Amino acid sequence: MSKKIKSILATDCGSTTTKAVLIEWKEDRYRLTFRGEAPTTVEAPFEDVTKGVLNAVMEVEELSGRTILDGDKIITPDDGSKGVDIYVSTSSAGGGLQMMVAGVVKSMSGESAERAALGAGSIVMDVLASNDGRLPHEKITRIRQLRPDMILLSGGTDGGTTTHVMELAEILAAANPRPRLGQNYKLPVIYAGNKKAQDSIRETLGEISDLDIVDNIRPVLEQENLEPSRDKIHDLFMEHVMAQAPGYKKLMSWTDAPIMPTPGAVGSLIEMIAKKENISVVGVDIGGATTDIFSVFEGKFNRTVSANLGMSYSICNVLAESGLDNVLRWVPFDIDRSELTNRIGNKMIRPTTVPQSLEELVIEQAIAREALRLSFIQHKEFATSLKGVQSERTISDAFEQSSSGQSLVNMMDLDLLVGSGGVLSHAPRRQQSARMLIDAFMPEGITQLAVDSIFMMPQLGVLANIDKDELKEDASQAALEVFDNDCLIRLGTCLTPVGNAKPNSKMADVTLTFGDGSVKEIEINEGSLEMMEHPYEEVKVNIKPVRGIDVGAGKGEELESVIYGGVVGLIFDGRNRPITLSKESDQRIDSLLNWSKAVDEYPKGEMF
Amino acid sequence: MAHSYTPGLKVLKKTIFKKERILPLKGDVLVKSGDQLTPDTIVASTNLPGNVQMLKVSNILNIDPKDVVEALKVKERQEVKKGDIIAETSGIFGMFKSSVESPVDGTIESISQSTGRVVVREAPIPVEVDAYVSGVVDEIVENEGIVLKSNAAFIQGIFGIAGEKRGDLLLVSSGPGEELTADQITADMKGKILIGGSFLSLDAYKKALSVQVAGIVVGGFNYYDLKAVLGYNLGVAITGTEKLNTALIVTEGYGSIPMSEATFSLLKENDGKAASINGATQIRAGVIRPEIVIPIDAGNTDDDSSSKMPEGIQEGSTVRVIRSPNFGKIGKVISLPAELNKMESETMVRVAEINIDGKNILIPRANLEMVETE
Repeated sequence: MSKKIKSILATDCGSTTTKAVLIEWKEDRYRLTFRGEAPTTVEAPFEDVTKGVLNAVMEVEELSGRTILDGDKIITPDDGSKGVDIYVSTSSAGGGLQMMVAGVVKSMSGESAERAALGAGSIVMDVLASNDGRLPHEKITRIRQLRPDMILLSGGTDGGTTTHVMELAEILAAANPRPRLGQNYKLPVIYAGNKKAQDSIRETLGEISDLDIVDNIRPVLEQENLEPSRDKIHDLFMEHVMAQAPGYKKLMSWTDAPIMPTPGAVGSLIEMIAKKENISVVGVDIGGATTDIFSVFEGKFNRTVSANLGMSYSICNVLAESGLDNVLRWVPFDIDRSELTNRIGNKMIRPTTVPQSLEELVIEQAIAREALRLSFIQHKEFATSLKGVQSERTISDAFEQSSSGQSLVNMMDLDLLVGSGGVLSHAPRRQQSARMLIDAFMPEGITQLAVDSIFMMPQLGVLANIDKDELKEDASQAALEVFDNDCLIRLGTCLTPVGNAKPNSKMADVTLTFGDGSVKEIEINEGSLEMMEHPYEEVKVNIKPVRGIDVGAGKGEELESVIYGGVVGLIFDGRNRPITLSKESDQRIDSLLNWSKAVDEYPKGEMF
Repeated sequence: MAHSYTPGLKVLKKTIFKKERILPLKGDVLVKSGDQLTPDTIVASTNLPGNVQMLKVSNILNIDPKDVVEALKVKERQEVKKGDIIAETSGIFGMFKSSVESPVDGTIESISQSTGRVVVREAPIPVEVDAYVSGVVDEIVENEGIVLKSNAAFIQGIFGIAGEKRGDLLLVSSGPGEELTADQITADMKGKILIGGSFLSLDAYKKALSVQVAGIVVGGFNYYDLKAVLGYNLGVAITGTEKLNTALIVTEGYGSIPMSEATFSLLKENDGKAASINGATQIRAGVIRPEIVIPIDAGNTDDDSSSKMPEGIQEGSTVRVIRSPNFGKIGKVISLPAELNKMESETMVRVAEINIDGKNILIPRANLEMVETE
């Protein structure tokens, strides 16, 4: 019988910041006790990720007064006075895991392969498919240019035709791709296609690549089997990719469990929560380089990575993709456009800076709204039901029906929206996080909002995934307890009626019955945004929408439910969907200032 | 004493500069350890595999993939010329034959019986790697290239465009706060590397392109002008492959920002000397910053950079503010308080107390950059 784990140190090496948390057993449960962070040190002059880890841990030491380090080493196990029992880490620094996937039909096996790669926490650089419209030599050039960390090849149902998947294998062989890091090892290739082709695949790719064969990702059209591919990707991530990045060999030797790619860890945690509470969840992690969105609708998990939408390294790309006007529409003051683009450019080339002035903060949060909005559009397009499963149709028909899969994302069904990543988790006021989430995701009906206050989901995700028998039980208990008690900050609930309504007209009557029996009535009018402070406690709600307006029970249908407040409270959003802002600058600024005031978003002063 | 790690850019008067010069694929190394190199010396060469053409022989001949072998007129590894018959059906009594011709000169790389495809690879593409900087061969990386060593002054910029260039340094701006203007750029500056002060306008850069200046090192450039130069909005800072005659290295950032005193005076000191520069920048995994390398006379080979490890910001360090307000200003660290401080934005951060122009102000540590000088 192993002894109870008393202390856990977990770090997450992000592309900008390395965060460390200390979890300790306190009386009867695990609690987060201290945290620290430091810039990630993959950059010169350090070029060693462990420096940033040590800095972050040093901060934890300073704050907790506990000795964790012995020089450049983490002391394990805890001897009662110093050290920690276990140390785990996730990582997205060094560019994360960059993959290329290939499938026969882009919207079928191609998409399944993409889902597996994304679910494992990778960035998908490109999806090759027999029907992607590119000529073989174009595909070959693309493979050579991209130099992925690994390739996932799928295609064909088990026992079906092997020709197409073999053609893809031959293209790979002709490209003879080199891995991104390190000249001296072969590129890892995972084959997860038609079983019947396995021997021929070995013949074609066995020599030139480091080939692994796993079960078919799409054994039959109606079924997706992502698990074997995902697991294999995780193994290879550790063996190949991590081992090549600066300082990672050292970091790997310190940890008690394999280092997980950050998004893989977050995804597995979100999946666990949705399952445990039987709800629909959207989680977002907006980072420096990328924005990840995770969702569980109808029990189906999806993850997308918007590889070039982020708040530092990719900040200029948010500007390029959304356009300056779309960013500026959220800014309630006039600003010189060229001066603004220079400022944003400077954030890109010096990615670790933080907004010191209020003006800088408002601009940064305006950009975040656009990054989130664009990422969510991409997510909705990807999170669909399986395409091409209608059994009546032939495969050639399936080629034509690329848009047949319906998006699983239904904002009216969404129960919980969780935000994380610096700009959401570190916003000086929680009202700002709530506003960014609502403005970008535009929830409908009744939706609970939360943020991962200190971005702990990656660390908790890796804890929940520990495999070692002697650590498993305590680690997953710690992950769940800390998640419930310390990780999620419940912001409150957003009530949004939607439908055709005239400006300023009534959309719904809301009756709130509080725990002490008191009752309050509220009218939601089109174009308004109101907030009522109320802690994370149960409130009975009755909503009577006017004709043509829906709050979740159907147009004009009354709805009874139970909702919860939070650190922000209850938000009544009458700004129909999609939220539209006036083209007139004065009117737009007026609305923005009113909405900000209604939720006490920014400090009162000259600007607000 | 409290200290904090902050990435800084190098401005080194004298250092032992080492650089890998490696082929993209294995090949031949053409120099020996200890050989003297000029920037143009070819140190290694190889042949990149040529493009491939995939011929769907079974489809074109309308036969089964497994029957392709019978129809073939060529073997694997056989050389073919454009128009050579690759495969042919026997037809009916020798009539109505159909055939597949090679679309290019090349070699038959593979023949697939499962897909009925024949792969023809075109002639290899020769690739050479030069020394880039004058110096000596320090180390041979077998079949891949060399590590070059040179006594040099070394400066990193914050952002650049276009790849490796070389030329003599030419001081144009008289001070670090002075803009480098279009009318200062003249035809006799062809092939030179111009040293400017605080700013370069789009017009001035276009003028430099037109007279074929090799490179420009300057404090600031407008972000939105990049679109006019590159033809697209630069979304992520990954550059180096732009086909531009004039490399641009920005040392401070976007906008008009005086070049740091240390950088400017080191460049000024080396006015007229031959230099190699590279605008390639990658602000992401495995960060690459643009660089200016100025080989200096051998003799004293003391390395004054690698002997001291960067120690991060400490009390007394010279730092630069890298975000508004006070963007670009240089100051000295007075103290590094351990507790979190609230900024105007209400952000709680760890700060440093900095003396700038005689005034002590609190600035987030994350908004400071160490100015690394010898």
